[in-house]
Order: sequence, then C-alpha cells, then structure tokens
Amino acid sequence: MSGTAVTNAMSNTLAAGLFAVDPVGLGGVVLRSGAGPLRELWLARLAALLPADAPRRRVPLHINDDRLLGGLDLAATLQAGRPVAQRGLLAEADGGIVLLAMAERLGAATAASIAAAIDTQELVAERHGIGSRCASRIGVVALDEGIADDEQLPARLRERLAFHLTLAPASAGDADDAALFTRDDVAAARARYAAVRLSDAIVEGLCAASLALGIDSVRAPIFACRAARAAAALDGRDEVNTQDATLAAALVLAPRATQLPAASAPADAAAPEAEPEASPEQPPPSDEQGPREEPSLAAEPDDTPAGPIDDVVLEAALAAIPPGLLAMLALGHTKPTRSPSAGRAGAAKLGSSRGRPTGVRRGEPQGGARLNLIETLRAAAPWQALRRREAATAGRPRAAARIEVRREDFHVWRFKQRSETTTVFVVDASGSAALHRLAETKGAVELLLADCYVRRDSVAVIAFRGAGAELLLPPTRSLVRAKRSLAGLPGGGGTPLAAGIASAHALADAVRRRGATPVVVLLTDGRANIARDGTPGRARAGEDALAAARLMRIEAYAALLLDTSPQPQDSARELAVALGARYLPLPHAGASLLSQAVRAAGVGAAAPLAAR
Amino acid sequence: MVFPFSAIVGQDDMKLAILIAAIDPRIGGVLVFGDRGTGKSTAVRALAALLPSMRAVVGCRYRCDPSLPVGCEECEARKRAGKAAGALKSHTVPVPVVDLPLGATEDRVVGALDLERALAQGVKAFEPGLLARANRGFLYIDEVNLLEDHLVDLLIDVAASGENVVEREGLSVRHPARFVLVGSGNPEEGELRPQLLDRFGLSVEVRTPQDLASRVEVVKRRDAFERDGEAFTQRWAKEEARVRRQIVAGRARIGEVQVSDAALERATQLCMALGTDGLRGELTLIRAARAFAALQGDEEVGDAHLKRVAAPALRHRLRRNPLDDAGSGVRVDRAVAELFGP
Repeated sequence: MSGTAVTNAMSNTLAAGLFAVDPVGLGGVVLRSGAGPLRELWLARLAALLPADAPRRRVPLHINDDRLLGGLDLAATLQAGRPVAQRGLLAEADGGIVLLAMAERLGAATAASIAAAIDTQELVAERHGIGSRCASRIGVVALDEGIADDEQLPARLRERLAFHLTLAPASAGDADDAALFTRDDVAAARARYAAVRLSDAIVEGLCAASLALGIDSVRAPIFACRAARAAAALDGRDEVNTQDATLAAALVLAPRATQLPAASAPADAAAPEAEPEASPEQPPPSDEQGPREEPSLAAEPDDTPAGPIDDVVLEAALAAIPPGLLAMLALGHTKPTRSPSAGRAGAAKLGSSRGRPTGVRRGEPQGGARLNLIETLRAAAPWQALRRREAATAGRPRAAARIEVRREDFHVWRFKQRSETTTVFVVDASGSAALHRLAETKGAVELLLADCYVRRDSVAVIAFRGAGAELLLPPTRSLVRAKRSLAGLPGGGGTPLAAGIASAHALADAVRRRGATPVVVLLTDGRANIARDGTPGRARAGEDALAAARLMRIEAYAALLLDTSPQPQDSARELAVALGARYLPLPHAGASLLSQAVRAAGVGAAAPLAAR
Repeated sequence: MVFPFSAIVGQDDMKLAILIAAIDPRIGGVLVFGDRGTGKSTAVRALAALLPSMRAVVGCRYRCDPSLPVGCEECEARKRAGKAAGALKSHTVPVPVVDLPLGATEDRVVGALDLERALAQGVKAFEPGLLARANRGFLYIDEVNLLEDHLVDLLIDVAASGENVVEREGLSVRHPARFVLVGSGNPEEGELRPQLLDRFGLSVEVRTPQDLASRVEVVKRRDAFERDGEAFTQRWAKEEARVRRQIVAGRARIGEVQVSDAALERATQLCMALGTDGLRGELTLIRAARAFAALQGDEEVGDAHLKRVAAPALRHRLRRNPLDDAGSGVRVDRAVAELFGP
C-alpha cells in the first residue's frame, strides 16, 4: 500500500513537471482530490515550476460568460459614454494557467467555451455587440472534488486535458518525493522541447498501447507523444527514449483505459506477446499491485528485458492503471466512466432567477428579477439627445450622469426554468419476477423509453435484485445507452424492494436538486423478500418496502407503479397506495395506455412544483 | 495557423460532405456527429483556408453578390441614390467561415442596435450580427446539440428563409443571410431537435480510426504540424491547391450535370423505401448526387453517385426508432443494397 502511495505521489509530481514544460500543448490536468494541504502542495509545486510572471487565474463555478470570454465593461461604458470592452478571464490568463474550482460541477456551456479556447488558443467572443479576438494560450488545472463515479468534469473538457491525476493521501514516504525539478530545469526544458526528436518506433508504441487499452480518441496518443517529449526535454536529452515513453503511457494512457488488452483480440497485432502474460496477472487488483507498479514508473527499462518497445510501453500503462479502474476493467465493464455528459448545474434556485437566461424583457428589477444592464442601456440610448433637451427646456438641473436612464428603460433577465422531466425507471429483476416476466418488463420499459424520446425526457434506470439496488444508468438523454444497460440486465435472486425504492428516492432527490422534475416508474410485483439490511424474510421485507415507500411519498414525487405479476397483486396495490403512486397492472396495459399513464404522471408532477 | 484540410487522415465521408456543401451551398449544411478526437472541428476550421475567394459589393456589410440583379436593402438604396443600377463596385473577398460560440448572445447573433452610435450620436443604427457575417459563407456551430433553445429557434427560421428579419428596439431591418450551416457534436451528449436536424442537408458520422497505421499517421502529422507549422503547411500546399481547383471546377460544372428521369425515379424509390418525411429528402439526395458528380468531373448523375451520397443525405431523415441500435446509416445502406443491387 505504501509503495503505491509513493509511486502515486511521485507520478503526480512528475506530471506537474511535464505539464509545466508545455501547458498549452498538453491542455491541462484533472486534479481529483478534496480541498486540502495535499492539493495546495501540488499547486504550489506547479506554480514554482511555471515562469514567475505567468498569470494564474481562478475560475469560480458561477462565473458568467461576460467575465469568462469578455464582453462589455459596464462601469467603464457608463463612464465613457461609449462601449468599452473588457477582456475575458481566459484572455487574461494567456501564457499561464487557469484553475477551475469545483470542476465536477462545471456547466456544459462553460466547459465548451474553455474547450474551444484550448483548441484554438484564442478567444473569439461575440457578445453584446462586441466581437473580439484575443490570444488565449492557456493550460487548465481542473480541481475536481467529485467523489462518486458519475461526478466528473464534462467529458468534452476532460478529454482535452492530458493528465488525469488522483491525489491520494501519501504515507510516510511523502518526504522524499519533494520537488523533482526547479524552475530553471523547466525553463531549460522549454527551450529544448521543440527540438526533441521522437522516433517512429515510439510513436507506434504509444499508438498501439492506446488501441490495446481501448482508448478511442486520437488525442490520447497525441498527448502521450507530447508528454514523452517533455520528459526527454526535462531530462536534458534531445531524443525521446523508452523510459520517457513508458512514463507518458503511465501518466496519459493508463487513466483513460477502457479495456484490458486481452479483450481486444482483433485490433492489436501490435502487442501479441504481452497479452497472455499480462492478462492473467492483472485481474487481482488489490495488494499485489504495489510492488508491480513501482518499478514500472521508476526503473522499468532496467528491469525489463529489452523487448519490443510496444510491449514495454503497454506494460507500463497497464501497471499504472489505478486499482479501482483495473477491477472494473477486469469485470468487463467496457466503459467504466459512465460520466454524464454535462457537469451538474448548480443547486436549484427559486423565483425568476431560476434556470438559464433565455432572453430579456422590459420590466423592473423587483421580486428577484435581475436587471439586464446592457438591454437597459440599449433602450435608453436612442432617447438621450431628446431627454437632455427635454430636461433643459423643463429647467431641470442637468443630471450628473452621462446617460439618463429612466424607469421605462429597465429590462430584466428572463430565465427559463428547466421544465425537463427525468423519468426514473426502477426495475425489479429478481427471481420472483421470473424470467419471462422480466422480458415483458423490459419490453414495457422500451415502449416507455421511446415515448420519453418523443418528449425529450431524460431517463435513468435502477435495477434491484439479489442483495441490493444498482444504478444502471444515471440520468441521460441517450436512449440507446438506456436500452443497452437494460438489455444486459440479468434476472434472478431475491427481491430487495426497500433498497430499490430507497435508491429511487435518493435519485429523485438529486434530480429535483438539479432543477428537473423526476417521475418514478416502478416495475415490480410488490413481493419483497429481502429486508432493508439485506436479510431474507418476507414479512420484514414487506414492511421495510412500505416504510421506504411512505418516506418517499412525503416528497410528493409523481410515481407510477406497474404491477408485473401475471395476476394483479394486493401487495403491489398496497405499495402503490403507500407510495402515492398510480397503479397499473401490466397485463392489462397496452402500449398506448402505458405511455398515457407516464405522461399523466409527468403532468401531475409539474403542477405541485409550480405551486411551490 | 490552421491545420490543412487535405492533411486530415481518413474521415472521407466527412471531407466529402464538406466539399459537396462547398460546391452547392443550397444543399443546406452538414452535420458531423461522432466521437471525440476525430478531427471534426479541425476539418471545418481548415475549410476557411481552402475555399476560393468570391466577388462582393464594396462597402456592403452583407457582402452582396454583384452578379445578382437585386441586392440587400442597403445596396438597393445606394443604387437608387447613385446613377444607374449596377454601378456598385465589387472586390474580391475571402469566403467567410464564422464560428458561432456556444455562449453567444441573441443580439450578437441576429444583430442589434449599435450601442456606440446610439450613445455617442443618438442615432438609431443597426449593427449586423453573426448571421450577417456568415452571409454567403459558412456558419460553424461546435457542439450544436448543446446550443440554447432560443438560438436554435432563431437559426431554424433564418436557415429556412435565407433572410434575417430583425424587429426589435425600434429597429426594422431585413438582410440576406444565406449560409451553409455546419454543426458538429457528440450524440451521447444530447440529441438535436428534429426541426433543426431537418435543416441540415447532409449528415455524417465519424469514428476514430481503429487501425494502428492510420492512428500513427494522425499522431505524426499532428506532431509535425505542432513543431513546425509553416513547413508543414508548405508541404501540403500543393495538395490543398488541388482540392481548391477541384472545388472551382465542380462549381463551374454543376450547372451542366444532367439528371435523367431514371435517376430521379431511383432517388424517389429510395426515399419511399425508407419512408422519409416530406420531399426534402429527395431534393437533397438529387442535389448532393449532382454536386458529387460535378466534383468527380462526371456529366450525368448515375447510380454510383446516388449510392455514395444516399447515407449522408438521408440518414437523419428517417423516422427515428430511438432504440434501434443498428443506426440509421445501416438502414439506408440496406435499402440502397436492395434497390441498386450489390
């Protein structure tokens, strides 16, 4: 364990060094860690490597586009009486780095703006009547404080950052990983960087490794090549060697892996030898990992017999795959990071400040409405000459302000509340919902999914069987994924109904916090036999399920219970009552009735929310 | 420095669709959907450098085409004020490729009251927005599926009518806004509204190269470009010039490409077999096939042309079965195989 930690800390420090050599080319770093001394230390170390005058800007979560991309500087505009542009934060950070605070909650639009800046290295802002174009060569450090798997940086941005680091609490060995490089080292490396040669064999090795690990994006090997070159430059060499390549593979490719090489039979003719040896060793992820990992990062080339470079590189990447990810890969989860596409919007706000700004209307800034200064100015602008003349003839003293804004000029933002509905399917996949019933259930869900597609709802799927409930699919609009997750759902085992309801409850809470309206569709026969604490027993299980249902009812979520048993069951009907849900026996429900029922549930859901 | 269009490895569907749209802008835009890191943005940004320049009226904010009998309101007013019709001078300008950033505000897109002149001179003047700048060129929207709904509505309307009508802040302006809409995005992050989907003439799906050789090539080229952009661009200049000539020749030839009744019938049969809504499918299919024939230097639209463009022209017009894993491209290919034979 301690071995892992040291290696981890060291590779993180190494990554900081490589990133400092080429912040623009490498895009940036996803730093997954809670706030704390560890993160501060890493950031301080990075700052010590970057040029002393490199700007460093922190982007708070609530930044608006005016500030991020540049727009009209209102204070200056009012003072000058003509539009004055303000530079965006991304332009100010040109030549330096941008820190994204709480990056796991970053909104999709902000992430897209930053991603565009990384791509084009310039900022093209088209806002508020001012079009500007300024250089924005930035490196991004995304401070990701996510804990759960699905709390992640929006994929678009994540993909454009070369390093994905996890800062784990280091053990005693921490002391000796003190700064590996100095600012002068980095400056020297920057000077050498562009001239460092990269042999075809290394490029091929890194590409082959990326394919073998199931990494789709071509950005990964490109980043790996740059990282390898930066490593060589830091080491004072003019040629990338195997050691640089292994380091790059471990730092860039390993965290992106979506499969273990053995599974990718056809594609990789590149690493035929490594496969049979590597795969049987890999699946046991836990403790044996430590000793294996250490040499790979520190002294791999010496230990390894001079095999083909592809193998060495792949080997290094494999060894550096984080244990958690490795375990998932070994289980055959091909896409371990089921990250939702967009980051999370902030907590729900009420009143007219809720939702996304969708436009502007005439009105006064009261009752929580926010004044839109630009539109207000625009409305006032044409009348200035007239008003001045009017004021003069009326004998009123001339206003000190350059611009005379009157009440009728006021414009306020209009926000659109996200009226989106998220339908949470809770599917009973236990043995009591015997196999053919499960198939029918799946069929019903598919019908409903198609219906959700028409209404452009998001869907989420929870399945419960055996000992507990599992979130198969976090809320998404991709119905293909929903179907896929459902198709692979095995049946059998006990019926932990209470656990299913509880996790639906938790998910519905989360959905509402995000500003969407949850609709829970529970498909079960209502016959629970696993209690909340995982012990079997029909009576307790039933009570627990009813208790969980009553608890959820307090929230008044729209709910629908589809009884999947061949004969309508009292237990299911009781559960529906406890849940405050509409009850519908599946055998009698045709496709159209089903979709009507869900729609009706959704309509019902919107009403109480609006009344709040 | 822009990565050269012809240096993009593979992605032939995408490149072809973009070239077809460049030859016949009336096709109505290209939608590029696919994985991350496939060169979507690169291809569109490379287009600007590739397109041959065009003639435009000097001083016209909408770059009116001098060969058209009727220009924009401003040009017409100038013509009336001037001596005779057609007295306006013209000059050569590059074809605009305008980026519509995700965060763009509505007023910047459609145009708005010119604040500076309003504040300084008290004059009510119109300041054209992005739609005006994109007139006769390309409007590129990265992550089009994430675009705010009110902007999408706006684009749908303008893309259909070819004209931007501004009625706000006491302004009443209309100006031409004919552009080729190029959208890119990742379908996993959200679907596109059917109305907007329909506005795109062609739709292509891109995948990352899965074979080692082309991956290595991508990485190498990118690396070479990164290290010495000048030299890299120089090396590809010849190839770029060839593609540019191909576009110019295609544009000149497209008027003469024949579409026989048999080809029309084929196209209609294909659309009927697939059950596409409306007539836009047939029209786009024929136009795309004609542009493709012109690009190839052929004189008549034949089965080969229809087959090549069928998937991009029709893929996004099928009545969607959202749960069909096969994907609509496969369905089109199947119908093509049935109709045209192997």
